[in-house]
Amino acid sequence: MRQLRIDMTKCNYGRDCNHECEADCATKVFKVDDPALAALHIRDHGDGTGHAILCDQCGDCVVVCPAEALKRNKLGVVMINKKLCVGCYMCIGFCEKEAFERNPDWVEPYKCTACGICVKACPHAALEIVEVPEPAARII
Amino acid sequence: MSHLESSTPIVRCEVDFTKRTEYHEGLEAIRAAHKLLAEATFTPSLPDKGYTNRTLYVNVGTREIMEKPVTRQMKDIFLGGRGFGLWYLWNAVTPATRWNDPENEIIIGPGPVSGTTQYAGSGKSLVVTLSPQTDIPVDSNVGGYFGPLLKFSGFDALELQGKADQDVILFIDGRKGVIRIEAAPMEPVDSHVLAEVLTRMYAENDEDRVNISVVSTGAGAEHSLIGMLNFSWWDPRRGCVRLKQAGRGGIGTVFRDKRIRALVCRGPVVKGGLNNPVDPETIAKTGIKFHKEMRTNDDSQCKMRRNGTAHIVEIMDAYDLLPTHNFQYGSHPDTHKIASPVWQARCTQETVDGCWYGCSMACAKGADGLVLKTGPYKGHMVTVDGPEYENAAGLGSNGGVFDPDYLLELNFYCDTYGVCTITWGTLTAFVMECYQRGILNLERTGGLDLTWGNAEADLEMMHQMARGEGFGLIAGQGIHKMKAIFAEKGWGDPQLMADIGMECKGLEYSQYMSKESLAQQGGYALTNKGPQHDEAWLIFMDMVNKQLPTFEDKAEALYYFPLFRTWFGLNGFCKLPWNDVVPSDNATTSEPAKVPEHVQNYVDVFNATTGLKIDKDELIRQSAKVYNFQRIFNIRMGKGLRSFDIPPYRSVGPVTREEYASRSERYDKQMLEEIGVDPAGKSMDEKIAITREYRMKRYNSLVDAVYLRRGWTPNGVPTLARIQELGLDVFPEVVEIVKNHGG
Repeated sequence: MRQLRIDMTKCNYGRDCNHECEADCATKVFKVDDPALAALHIRDHGDGTGHAILCDQCGDCVVVCPAEALKRNKLGVVMINKKLCVGCYMCIGFCEKEAFERNPDWVEPYKCTACGICVKACPHAALEIVEVPEPAARII
Repeated sequence: MSHLESSTPIVRCEVDFTKRTEYHEGLEAIRAAHKLLAEATFTPSLPDKGYTNRTLYVNVGTREIMEKPVTRQMKDIFLGGRGFGLWYLWNAVTPATRWNDPENEIIIGPGPVSGTTQYAGSGKSLVVTLSPQTDIPVDSNVGGYFGPLLKFSGFDALELQGKADQDVILFIDGRKGVIRIEAAPMEPVDSHVLAEVLTRMYAENDEDRVNISVVSTGAGAEHSLIGMLNFSWWDPRRGCVRLKQAGRGGIGTVFRDKRIRALVCRGPVVKGGLNNPVDPETIAKTGIKFHKEMRTNDDSQCKMRRNGTAHIVEIMDAYDLLPTHNFQYGSHPDTHKIASPVWQARCTQETVDGCWYGCSMACAKGADGLVLKTGPYKGHMVTVDGPEYENAAGLGSNGGVFDPDYLLELNFYCDTYGVCTITWGTLTAFVMECYQRGILNLERTGGLDLTWGNAEADLEMMHQMARGEGFGLIAGQGIHKMKAIFAEKGWGDPQLMADIGMECKGLEYSQYMSKESLAQQGGYALTNKGPQHDEAWLIFMDMVNKQLPTFEDKAEALYYFPLFRTWFGLNGFCKLPWNDVVPSDNATTSEPAKVPEHVQNYVDVFNATTGLKIDKDELIRQSAKVYNFQRIFNIRMGKGLRSFDIPPYRSVGPVTREEYASRSERYDKQMLEEIGVDPAGKSMDEKIAITREYRMKRYNSLVDAVYLRRGWTPNGVPTLARIQELGLDVFPEVVEIVKNHGG
C-alpha cells in the first residue's frame, strides 16, 4: 500500500510541497480553483512553524463512509468517488489525522492521493512515498 | 452512561454473505402480472428550506391521485412530520370513524430537516393513522429511505385513504415524475421477500437500487391488529435489502385493510444539501462536530456503533429494570446470554449501519447469517435487523427466552410478518403469565405449551397468527382485547388480568420495568398514543440519578421531555443521537439531562435549514402546539381524559405475593420509611394492599401535578387559556371540544 511520509527533522516548513500541490494536484486533479485548498494541507502553528498533514491511507474513512464513495485503488490509496459521495462528512469527523478538506462551495470533501508531486517539490527530501502493508479493517 | 468497559474485546462475526437466501427468481412473471389501474404525472422538485410545499394525496379506493399545497398555517402550527400527519388525519375522520373505515388515513411525513445527510439521525419519517388497537391517532417514527426519497421527489407528506378492491402497489417515480397505482396479484406477502423483489423490480439498474425504498408489511398484519410497516433501504455492502419498522399501534393492519401491498419510491441520487438549506455551512460544521464526538466518546459511553441499543440489556438488568416474566421482575441470572457481548459477536461489525446517510451513531445493527429453524422460511439464511434493546428485552427476558438464536428468529419473523416486536413481546409475556396462573392451559391454547422461555411455542403462536388460525389469532388481537375475551369465557379473574396485562389505552407497554420510578410510570401512562419510551424515558433520571425528588420536579420533567421529544417527530430526527452519546463536558453543564449542547445543535440545524430563528424555548412551544392538538384529537375520538391515563398496577407496584416476596426487604423498608406503617406482624396480603393504596395515591398526585404544569384541567383537558396561548383557538372545533369538556 502506498503511503506518503515526512521526516520532520528535514522539514524546514518551506511549504514547497503545499505550493506544488496547490498548483498541480489541487488544481488539476481536484479541479479546485482556490489554491488555499491544497490536498496536502499545512497546519500552521502560528509561530513560524507548522507541519504537513499527511493521509496515512489507514482506511478508517472507508469503513465509515455510508455511500461506498471511499475505496482503495490498486495501489492501496484511498480515493473518493465524487459521484457516490453524499456529503455527510463522516470521513472528516472520523479521520484522526484530519486529512480531509471541505470546500464550502461543493459537497464532496477531498484528500491527498499520494500522487507524489510534493515529494519531487521538496528541496530537503523530507517527503517520500513508501510501500507498507495494508492495515486490517477495524471497528471505529 | 459509562457502564461498559472500553476494553471489551471485539468479537467478529464471520459470515459468508454469498450464502444468504435471495428471492429474485420469477421476478419477470410477477412484473408481467401487474396491471396499471391509475397513473398521474407531476413535476419532480427538490425542497426549498426543507419544504417542497406540496403533499401527495392518493385514494386507493377511488384511485384519485392529487397534489395539495402546504399552507403557511400548516407550517406555523404543525411544522411537519407527525404534525402534518395529525392535521390531515383530523380533517379526514370524524369522531365516529374507526380504523377500518375507508376514510381512515395513513400519513407518512418526513419533516423539514429529514433527509439532511450531514447531521446524525436526520432520516426519519413519522407515520400517523387511527389505531386498530387504541381507536385514537397513533404516531410511529421509522428510519429507512422512504421519507427522504419521497421529499426529494417533491412531496412533504403522503396521504393514503380509501380501500382498494384488490392488492395494489403505489409507485412514486421521483425522477420521471410519474405516480402509478398497479394491481399486484402475484407479489409475495412477507417483507423480507417483498422488499427485495420490488427493489430489484423498480430499480433501473444495479446502481439504482440505493435510490429505491419500499414500504410493506407481512402476513401477520393481515390477521391481527398489531401489524407494523417496514421501510427499506438497499445496503450495498451486504448486497441486500434492510428494514426499519414503524411498529406501534397497528399501522400495518390498516395498510393491509386498505389492500395496499407496498409503496415504492424511486428518488433522485442523494447528495448533501438536497433540502436547499439557507445555511449549509452551519449544518456541515455542526454535523462534523457531532461526528468527532462519536469518534471520541462512543466507545467509552455507549458502544452504539458496535451494539446498537442492545448495549443496555445488562445495564437494565443491573439496575433491576429489565422486564422479566411479564414485568414481574427486573433481572434474571441468564441475562448474560442475551447481553451485549453476545450481540457484538452476532452482529456484523466493520460495516456501516446507519438507517440513513450520515448517521455516525450507526445503531441499525445487522445480524447476518441466521439460519431459520421454524416456519415457512425454515432453512433459509437471512439477515435480521437488530436486535434492538426493545427486541432483546421484549422477545427475550420478558417471556423468559434467553437463547439468542431463538430471540433473533422471533425478531426476524416479527419483522417479515409485519408485527410490532414491542407489542408481540409484551403480549406474549402476558399470555405466558396467564398460562402460568392457569388462566390459559393446553386446551385453551390449542396445544401451545406457553411456559416461560418456550421459544418454539412462542414462534408457533406467531406462525398461527400469520396463517390466520388457532390461538395465534387471539393473541394478535393484543392484550386489551385478550383480557376481554378471557374474561368473557370465564377463564380468569378480570381484576388480576387488568393488573398484569401491560397495556394502557389499548397499547402494549415498551420494555422498561417502571415499578420503582414514579416519573416513568407517568412517562408511560400519560402519553398521547399509549405507553412508549419515545415520549418520556425518565427511569435513570428519576430512580438512579435521583434528579427528580419532588412531584413538581417530576411534573416539570413530564412537561419538558415529552415536548422535546415530540419535536424530533415534527422534523424527521431520530432521538438517539440526542442523549445516548454526549459531549465530554456534558456533566458539568447546568442541565445535563437535557444535553444542552445537543439541544443547541438541533436549534442550529433547524434554523440553518428553514431560515427561521427559533431558540430552545420556541422549540418547546412548537411541540406544545402539536402535543396539545393531539390530546384534543384523542378527546374528540372518545378518549384523552384522565380515566384513560391510569396504568395497569403491574407498572406501579407488586401485584402478586411472589412479586412482593422478590423484593420484600425493599418494600418493607419503603412501607416503614415512606408510608409510615410498620410492616412487622402484617400478612403479605395486607402489605400488598397497603403498598398498592400508597402507590396509586402517589400516582394520582403525580397526575395532578403534571396536568397543572401542562395547563390541563384535573380531568386532563387542555384549558382554553392554554389553547389560546398556543394559537390553537383558530380552529373552532378545537375550542368547542375544549369547552365541552370543561377546559
